[in-house]
Amino acid sequence: MIPKTLTEAKEGVKYTPSEKDKVEVKHKLSDDKIQKIREICESYNNDQGEIINILHETQSTFGYLPAEVQEVIACVLGVSAAHVYGIVTFYSFFTMKPKGEHPISVCMGTACYVRGAEKVLDELKKELKIGVGETTPDKKFSISCLRCVGACGLAPVVMVGEKVYGRVSPDGVKKILDEYK
Amino acid sequence: MHILVCGGTGCQSSDSAKIQSNLEKELALKRLQDDVQVIRTGCFGFCEKGPIVNVLPDNTFYVEVKPEDAKEIIDEHVIKGRRVERLLYVDPEKEKHVEDSKHMGFYKKQLRIALRNCGFIDPENIEEAIAHDAYQALGKVLAEYTPEETIEVVKKSQLRGRGGGGFPAGLKWEITRKSVSDKKYVVCNADEGDPGAFMDRSILEGDPHSVLEAMAICGYCIGSDEGLIYIRAEYPLAIKRLKIAIEQAESFGLLGENIMGTGFNFKIRLRYGAGAFVCGEETSLIHSMEGKRGEPTNKPPFPSVRGYLGKPTNVNNVETFANIPAIILKGAEWFASIGTENSKGTKVFALAGKINNVGLIEVPMGITLREIIYEIGGGIKGGKKFKAIQTGGPSGGCLTEKHLDTPIDYDNLLKAGSMMGSGGMIVMDEDDCMVSVAKFYMDFIVEESCGKCAPCRIGNKRLYEILDRITQGKGTIEDLAKLRNLSSVIKDTSLCGLGQTSPNPVLSTLTNFEEEYIEHVVDKKCRSGQCKNLSYYVIDEELCVGCGACLRNCPVHAITGEKRQAHHINTDLCIRCDACIAKCSFDAIRIQSEPKILAHK
Repeated sequence: MIPKTLTEAKEGVKYTPSEKDKVEVKHKLSDDKIQKIREICESYNNDQGEIINILHETQSTFGYLPAEVQEVIACVLGVSAAHVYGIVTFYSFFTMKPKGEHPISVCMGTACYVRGAEKVLDELKKELKIGVGETTPDKKFSISCLRCVGACGLAPVVMVGEKVYGRVSPDGVKKILDEYK
Repeated sequence: MHILVCGGTGCQSSDSAKIQSNLEKELALKRLQDDVQVIRTGCFGFCEKGPIVNVLPDNTFYVEVKPEDAKEIIDEHVIKGRRVERLLYVDPEKEKHVEDSKHMGFYKKQLRIALRNCGFIDPENIEEAIAHDAYQALGKVLAEYTPEETIEVVKKSQLRGRGGGGFPAGLKWEITRKSVSDKKYVVCNADEGDPGAFMDRSILEGDPHSVLEAMAICGYCIGSDEGLIYIRAEYPLAIKRLKIAIEQAESFGLLGENIMGTGFNFKIRLRYGAGAFVCGEETSLIHSMEGKRGEPTNKPPFPSVRGYLGKPTNVNNVETFANIPAIILKGAEWFASIGTENSKGTKVFALAGKINNVGLIEVPMGITLREIIYEIGGGIKGGKKFKAIQTGGPSGGCLTEKHLDTPIDYDNLLKAGSMMGSGGMIVMDEDDCMVSVAKFYMDFIVEESCGKCAPCRIGNKRLYEILDRITQGKGTIEDLAKLRNLSSVIKDTSLCGLGQTSPNPVLSTLTNFEEEYIEHVVDKKCRSGQCKNLSYYVIDEELCVGCGACLRNCPVHAITGEKRQAHHINTDLCIRCDACIAKCSFDAIRIQSEPKILAHK
């Protein structure tokens, strides 16, 4: 039996997938997106214990985890939306806001801190005119801080997407940004 | 002939993959691809001078290699047999080129057990690992030892948990073995959350099989057939290599069903973290693996009795596991002969901060900080004065000059007010303000506290606020007593290890650098000039040409001066925005702890 609403899902009605079944949740997601989420959950056997792995995969597919997506996951796994929300907000890796096209992460580990990461971050904020956790209006860049990528030999470290820039100085910030403009 | 190229995260960020492909291209051009093999290895440890290229058998150690150097290495070294002098490491003291790693100060004092294969084998090729004795210990244990005998070996070696707590590994195994249950788990804690620590990552990237093998040995000892590795999602390369290693080990029959035909089954799965420092604490880690918020619970019951999914679970750190195969093969007596009375073997440290040789080192227990900083680390960057070394991450403390000759082991570090932790070592010099450092760690703790218990959630926030006030110049002498008081309450009343150790950075800086705190609150001075509100912006009259660039850009009109005359900053008006510094082309503006220029450049 399929939960028709979130309330039903919360009461622990377990979802069993079949071709005709459709999750009816109040959401703005398109059908193929819901299908994608279901596929991800299915690949982990709709196991509640795998929820962190499911969220990882969903976030890498959609870029972020908005409330609607969380509701669908909750429905499919048969847990409350609050449970999913609790996990998403607990772990810093998950975000409910979309990131920019080129997400910038400044390492704020101790090694980078003592070698001047704060100044690099200030320069980035000044240059992009946004704060930490924000995205530029043109959706190109977003800034976040992370704790140690483990490349302490290159401190201070800035990551743009997957690319790691080492020994970044405040003066070098503009040059890095220019690569992506 | 072999050419080893470092493929650790640090060196990969500096294009080591390109170096490898260029070397291979050059070899193919010279038709040498069958005689010379290029191997991408794990971390060499010497991250400061990366990317590293090591040519075997003559063990030539090239540093800071660029992709365009590939041709010269092949032409000169491989074909003509002449070392490329300009790429060799230069001994900073003797100013002479050093040809091989054995003669480098960085490697001389090191003893590699956990890192034995890092930088020597291709971590993505199990055959190389096997050629370096991987899975031999597992075979020996399965064929010759009973689980009890194996535990006895581990106990005799006196190996203590390398994750920070220092609990005897053999004893933990024994307790988990004695717990009665139909199902047990082996968990490897690879949630290396300490900022500035990267030894677990390097082991997993450089020699994943040593950890897999040890987990299987542990499984055999405690009676478990399933292992889980909880690894940070921030380590994509380590995850990738672990996946490859597990797959290869399974296809070789070294993991999975009926290992080596002995009837012993053991499979290993990966679980990912999602960026929560508290998940390094074992009860939190177990909750996180179960798909919950990573919040800790009271101990007892310990995971050895009731852990993952309510079953007995043996949680050990990556480095602890990496030591196991070597202990089995070389014997408990050999391992116990290294180190100090209560701390045996070696410890891997991630040396970082204001030090010349940043990198990963493995040293015998009992070595002094002085040896680590000045001999292995090559001294302080830029010839500055050593001020403090922070060990143990956010749960540890700062040690000072007077601790430099203390032999390092679990007990001595605790006595000195710090802890071993997982092994991060951050060196600080005279330019670092210790109040700001304490504030930095509290900021980290406030953000990472899971919020379950009030002392940690609220207390640390208050500690942070007091420290913030002090760095703003608004602190009072009473604040110092408040810091001490609150810290001891948090220590005594917090639920888990994170909370109980969280005030350590404050306490250790308060003990070792009290005079600096007093300067901040009484004299309203920051000797390092790091606390902006306590520092002065001053124009060096000898360097100022009176161009007026700063004057025009000062948003609060704090700068005065006639054209072509030295300018002056009115400290009372100055808001310390740095606008003048950005505009000055003559480097004439300085931030310092005194309102007057002390010495001209």
